[in-house]
Amino acid sequence: MVSKKQHMILEVKNLKTYFDTPEGVVKAVDGVSFDLKKGEVLGIVGETGSGKSVTALSLLNLIPQPAGKIVEGQILLEGTDLARLNPRQMQKYRGSKISMVFQDPMTSLNPVYTIGSQIMEAIRIHQSITKNQARKKTIELLTMVGIPEPSRRLKSYPHECSGGMCQRVMVAMALANNPSVLIADEPTTALDVTIQAQILELMVKLKDRTGSAIILITHDLGVIAKYASRVMVMYGGKPVEFADVDTIFYEPLHPYTRGLMGSITRLDNKKKQRLLAIEGSCPSLIDLPPGCTFYPRCPYARKRCAQSYPGLEQVNPGRRIACHRWKNFRKGYNEGKP
Amino acid sequence: MFSKQGTGKVYNGASGYGYKKTSLYRNAWRRLKKNKLAMVGLSIICVLAATAIFSPLVATHDPTARIKEESFRSPSTEHWFGTDILGRDIYSRVIYGSRISIMVGVVAVGISLAIGITMGALAGYFGGFPDTMVMRMADIFFAFPYILGAIAIMTVLGPGLVNIFIAIGILGWAYFARLFRGSVLSVKNKEYVAAARALGASNFRIMAKHILPNSFAPMIVLGTMNVGTAIIVEASLSFLGLGVQPPTPAWGHMLSESLNYINIAPWMMFFPGMAIVLTVLGFVLLGDGLRDAFDPRM
Amino acid sequence: MLYYILKRILQMIPVLIGVTLILFLLMYIIPEDPARLILQQGATDQALANLREKMGIDQPLHIQYFRYMKNLLQGDLGTSYRYRRPVTGILADAYPNSIRLAFAAILIEILIGLCAGMIAAVKKYSFWDTLVTVSTTLAVCVPVFWLGMIMQNLFGLRLGWLPISGMGDGSIQYYILPAFTLASVSTAYVARMTRSSMLEVMSHDYITTAFAKGLSYRLVVGKHALKNALIPVVTLIGLNLGALMGGVVLTETVFNWPGIGRTIYLAILERDTPVVLGGTLVLVIIFLVLNLVVDVLYGLLDPRIRVAKQEVKV
Repeated sequence: MVSKKQHMILEVKNLKTYFDTPEGVVKAVDGVSFDLKKGEVLGIVGETGSGKSVTALSLLNLIPQPAGKIVEGQILLEGTDLARLNPRQMQKYRGSKISMVFQDPMTSLNPVYTIGSQIMEAIRIHQSITKNQARKKTIELLTMVGIPEPSRRLKSYPHECSGGMCQRVMVAMALANNPSVLIADEPTTALDVTIQAQILELMVKLKDRTGSAIILITHDLGVIAKYASRVMVMYGGKPVEFADVDTIFYEPLHPYTRGLMGSITRLDNKKKQRLLAIEGSCPSLIDLPPGCTFYPRCPYARKRCAQSYPGLEQVNPGRRIACHRWKNFRKGYNEGKP
Repeated sequence: MFSKQGTGKVYNGASGYGYKKTSLYRNAWRRLKKNKLAMVGLSIICVLAATAIFSPLVATHDPTARIKEESFRSPSTEHWFGTDILGRDIYSRVIYGSRISIMVGVVAVGISLAIGITMGALAGYFGGFPDTMVMRMADIFFAFPYILGAIAIMTVLGPGLVNIFIAIGILGWAYFARLFRGSVLSVKNKEYVAAARALGASNFRIMAKHILPNSFAPMIVLGTMNVGTAIIVEASLSFLGLGVQPPTPAWGHMLSESLNYINIAPWMMFFPGMAIVLTVLGFVLLGDGLRDAFDPRM
Repeated sequence: MLYYILKRILQMIPVLIGVTLILFLLMYIIPEDPARLILQQGATDQALANLREKMGIDQPLHIQYFRYMKNLLQGDLGTSYRYRRPVTGILADAYPNSIRLAFAAILIEILIGLCAGMIAAVKKYSFWDTLVTVSTTLAVCVPVFWLGMIMQNLFGLRLGWLPISGMGDGSIQYYILPAFTLASVSTAYVARMTRSSMLEVMSHDYITTAFAKGLSYRLVVGKHALKNALIPVVTLIGLNLGALMGGVVLTETVFNWPGIGRTIYLAILERDTPVVLGGTLVLVIIFLVLNLVVDVLYGLLDPRIRVAKQEVKV
């Protein structure tokens, strides 16, 4: 067996990103840890406001300044701690070693520059090649992401392209320098359903070709089921459950994960179960109570849940959970009545 | 259904907006009171209005009295702002000058507002041909630089207070019309207007009772700001000799009189100029504050 | 693009017709008899009648307007009451000077306005931002002519650095005070608009994208943000040209600048209406042409060439 270290491209340890607001300190990301193997797809799931996107932006050191700040933790990308880099050093990593595809492709491209010039720019910042070479590379990239007539499309402006096309351009731009890590922050939320699958297929296909690992951030469990190999569930800025994708779907332990599972339609549902909704909404991340963040909405809550926050516990290798009562739930599965 | 219910609520119509309206203005006032700069602006305007009304009490001298021996006196306890070439007291002239500026500002903007609302309502409410006509006319007025237009009109009409009202008032209508047309269009399709129409209310009634009150907030903001502009235009006109005729004191005219003496009597130009700046500043600050108060999102 | 420029030119035509119509009507409603004003006292009735016929003032209104337009297209703006020579001739010497002054002012407006606005936006809530906010608020309240007089007093008379009157041999020091005076209000508006537009643009998604690509702050601000932020600023510059043209009259009067503005001022004093209205028309035309140039620039800057221009909020 090859040692674990060699496989890890990215290790995030106890990441904390806080925002100073007039109302108080918002703990948007509070103690997130995960790792990423070469070539894998890690899914991060959670509701709006659970800290998924801030986690992604933290990895790139793109937290809105000066309100936001990474206050603690390490982001080790192939051994370099990104959280410790100064802005100039960080620039060299962004877009070359670690890059990102955003939620809304129509607003993520600059409307006043052609898509060609925007991709070429991404190439030429990190590679010292001539304009002509960059142009050729751009055409290659556009072909790779499946854009027809790439040499003509170079001259198009974003407003002349459809949403799906723009997202392909974003993918091409993100992959322009063969990054080790590609972060996709809800890359298909703003797109039509038919286009969504195309874009995700494309990213997974290209991942295999370029050898990048993908962090796929989404609230769509269907997407996770199909494309991710491991999943981190986030709630209230904290990771609550960490497992491989099959385990998450067949044996969710954390009540929040179970709630998420209950809220999706499943075709393989034999009994006519009702879709369950999780009552309430994500908590405000200011002045969190000492207990479990999910406590106010948890149907299984007990007294101690309100008193102390359950730390992440290892269930078995590759599986961690933050819940006081996970053992009870596990027993339930074993006895066949979850 | 549209019966009046007290003064606060104009009527309790299909959407009950009469209630919304009062809270809009009340909330705006509450926000405005918290805005320090706006309050500074409001204070300036209040002091100025008082000065204009009570000029005879505030002034120390007769603003038109010429005393040859007293010409070109620098500021002193006798003449706070000094005297001009004819020996007139500049302080008193500045005080009396506020009358013209305030009057022109308020009346001219009132005229613009009246024309603008009428035209804007025509355009917005009826659409189609009236809309096209009004907006093309507005384009022409936008193309006419404010001061140039005023100069042209004043040259033809001849100097005088009423003519200034007309010139500045006519030139400003297009901005109000465009704004009012916009608000009318946005209100026109709301449910309560449809409801009023369904109940058989006449066009005029709908316009007067439903659209007008809802569209007024942005007009107040623009109006306040335009008073400042009108005052500057009036000063410019009287600087060019197209304003109120002497001996009536007007700030712009005082400045043009000082033009040849900026070396020997700088106070002649300093004080009237400061008066204009302060006055306009008052309206600008209040206008900014009103805009923020009515639309806190901006 | 060509289509866009053509469309803009076509849109200008009704505006031009409207402007000439207004000026013509103003001319028409003058209470005095123009023939008497030209010939002045002592003219015989016969001479007056002849002149009236020659000028066509005895014709009905619409005929007179066509005649006016026909003359206008041939470059005839009428006859000065005072000098009894064609208004065109009087203005011909003056208008290049006005255009030069206006260009100098526009240059200052763009350079200083943009820089100040950018600095204020980049260093938001800093001392510089406050300075820009306060000075621009004050600048829009200061009448152009008064600012000119203050500058004359300060830099001309007290410090003796710069000439305060006329354009001398046309060298640059003669331009400085009038151009800065003329540019003051517009510069303030440009600075404010640049600031707010910059701040607005910096919150867009594509700025995050640009950072995510690995661009430096300088490149993101100077390339990606600036070009977008300029779009509303260019619109504003176009709209401000009108105020600038009005300011030309006042500035030239204060600084004795031999341009159209000063010609208008002198004509006002002499009640020489044709010269005032002719000069006004020329300034309006200069304004419209410059506005067209700005519109074309706007089209170059924004590939979307918005159908409806954005409302400008300052």
